[in-house]
Amino acid sequence: MVAVTETIEQVQATEKYKYGFVTDIEADTAPNGLSEDIVRFISAKKNEPEWLLEWRLKAYRHWLIMEEPHWAKVGYPQIDYQDSCYYSAPKVGEGPDSLDDVDPELLATYEKLGIPIHEQEVLAGVKNVAVDAVFDSVSVATTFKSALAEHGVIFCPISEAVQEHPELVQKYMGSVVPYSDNFYATLNSAVFTDGSFVYIPKGVRCPMELSTYFRINAAKTGQFERTLIIADEGSWVSYLEGCTAPMRDENQLHAAVVELIAMDDAEIKYSTVQNWYPGDENGKGGIYNFVTKRGACRGHDSKISWTQVETGSAITWKYPSCILQGDRSVGEFYSVAITNNYQQADTGTKMIHLGKDTRSKVIAKGISAGKSQSTYRGLVKMMPKADGARNYTQCDSLLIGKECGAHTIPYIESRNKTAMVEHEATTSKIGDDQMFYCQQRGMDEESAVALIVNGFCRDVLQELPMEFAVEAQKLVGISLEGSVG
Amino acid sequence: MLEIKNLHVTVDGKQILNGLDLSMGSGEVHAIMGPNGAGKSTLAYVLAGREGYEVTEGSIVFQGKDVLGMSPEERAGEGLFLAFQYPVEIPGVTGMTFMKTAVNSVRAYRGEDPFDAMDFVKFVRTQTATLQITDDMLRRAVNVGFSGGEKKRNEVLQMAVLQPVLAVLDETDSGLDVDALRIVGEGVTALRNPERSMLVITHYQRLLDYIVPDFVHVLADGKIVRTGDKSLALELEEKGYAEFAAAAA
Repeated sequence: MVAVTETIEQVQATEKYKYGFVTDIEADTAPNGLSEDIVRFISAKKNEPEWLLEWRLKAYRHWLIMEEPHWAKVGYPQIDYQDSCYYSAPKVGEGPDSLDDVDPELLATYEKLGIPIHEQEVLAGVKNVAVDAVFDSVSVATTFKSALAEHGVIFCPISEAVQEHPELVQKYMGSVVPYSDNFYATLNSAVFTDGSFVYIPKGVRCPMELSTYFRINAAKTGQFERTLIIADEGSWVSYLEGCTAPMRDENQLHAAVVELIAMDDAEIKYSTVQNWYPGDENGKGGIYNFVTKRGACRGHDSKISWTQVETGSAITWKYPSCILQGDRSVGEFYSVAITNNYQQADTGTKMIHLGKDTRSKVIAKGISAGKSQSTYRGLVKMMPKADGARNYTQCDSLLIGKECGAHTIPYIESRNKTAMVEHEATTSKIGDDQMFYCQQRGMDEESAVALIVNGFCRDVLQELPMEFAVEAQKLVGISLEGSVG
Repeated sequence: MLEIKNLHVTVDGKQILNGLDLSMGSGEVHAIMGPNGAGKSTLAYVLAGREGYEVTEGSIVFQGKDVLGMSPEERAGEGLFLAFQYPVEIPGVTGMTFMKTAVNSVRAYRGEDPFDAMDFVKFVRTQTATLQITDDMLRRAVNVGFSGGEKKRNEVLQMAVLQPVLAVLDETDSGLDVDALRIVGEGVTALRNPERSMLVITHYQRLLDYIVPDFVHVLADGKIVRTGDKSLALELEEKGYAEFAAAAA
């Protein structure tokens, strides 16, 4: 309990990161370090089929010969991959059959985080959201499974999908992000523990928002979740992920992989509100968020839309991307990245146009405060067969104070003469006249900054599902507390 | 209500106000007129507490409180409002959101509960007709792409919504055509009441045809050099400010 008390005091002392508490729970934890034995241990824990273990081992062996990438504009001390734990699960005996079987401590944790995992409460409230809650390495609860099943929608932990729907998992997992893709994705392929699996059948419009809530609790534990979403022909789904972690002095690694697949005429809307612990105001602690997210518009007239609000993590390294294979398919990327204190973010997108008349749109808003550094890095690639493809990119940076930095690094490759690529970028500061105008109307400095920054991000925030837009607006204000004055 | 005594103000080390005295009672409308560079806008900014305007001597007491130690938002909370000569653009923030944030900030300062969102919209709608402000204007970002007339009407709407004890109008007539001037003038006049004082800063007499002042002051070279009733404004319109400029020099 000592750890819990200390953390609560820290939260009260700073009041900046209200998710910084630790849950005192008995956990089933693998020894620190990474080896083939650990990979086998994880696979055995999950009672996985042979093909999946082989796939993990292939990834692990490949990872051993890979080098950690250092091209991003972020700096951090060498990560000791042998000093991290790769599996930690709350002890709940056999997997819970219903919410009644879930440890009350865990339910209390999600309640504290404001995550609706009691179905009756959700039904009584305004939010119509099904939730998969992932705690450290495992999914602890998934709501509304039966209601969704009536529509043929599969929404479950990926470890469960491996057991129940192995043909879907085997067919699609690694088909967008191959196990050999990059250092962190390969590491994830070897040691991923849980995450969400979604399948929307042909012609079905998913009747509610799907949401996964990720929580890192255990100390020195990496979180390696893997999410796979498949939208079959003519289907539609909106999915949201949220993330928080306790405040700890040491850095924790989060290396997730998300794969999206949209068939003919299907649409996937994927929203992220990322609020991992960013470290304290001196840059101590925080999550290293090294994530690979990629969607494939396999079918004609399909659409994948990424919306992200990135306020947390000590370091963010992520580029949600779209591979536009199907003719007339559409990729979108809407991003708000806020960095304060010593946070570093190198984020953006890749839009790869393969099909004819494919379109992509990128709206990226970076806000830097304190001593933070924010980089937009984006690739637009027009392949030879992408006749009539179009891209529009707009990157706006807003600086608060004098010690932060904002950088925009666009990469444009066009191998098709009929393709059109547009790129616009602006950098601005919050003006003294804007601050004075707001203050004269009664707002203090912090609410004035929150208002101005929310206005700056409006084009992106309005892409979020209604239920989450209000929370995101508040988060924007909280993340910038202490950035002025 | 407002007592300004011997006010000396420097901006970037340059003396702008030079021993200004002004006393206003509740519900009174005072006009401040004067030539360019006399210190009219400086007076408005000093009252509102803008950074960079340094008071080197003198005092400002508003409703019995010394405001010089207060931040701009505290002054707003006390009931002081400034209609800006050049209203500022806030991209992406709608008029309705801006006003709601402002009103609820002021209510919080006064220890009052925030306005309910629906009630607030209804309340704002009761104030828009006189100023010919459409719902479309409230949905647009504050002052972004507004015409001169729209900006000034929007300032008066904010004043109507914030219900100040003292409203300072800094050249609210500048950049307005005849029709816009009438709408703004009538809008301001509709907000006159025995508990609300107004300090109307202007170059020209024409705004005062709509907002009829109780007192007219001439500000020249950093101090009030003459005070009279509304007829003084007409006299100035005819003769210009040359005599005061000469007298002060």
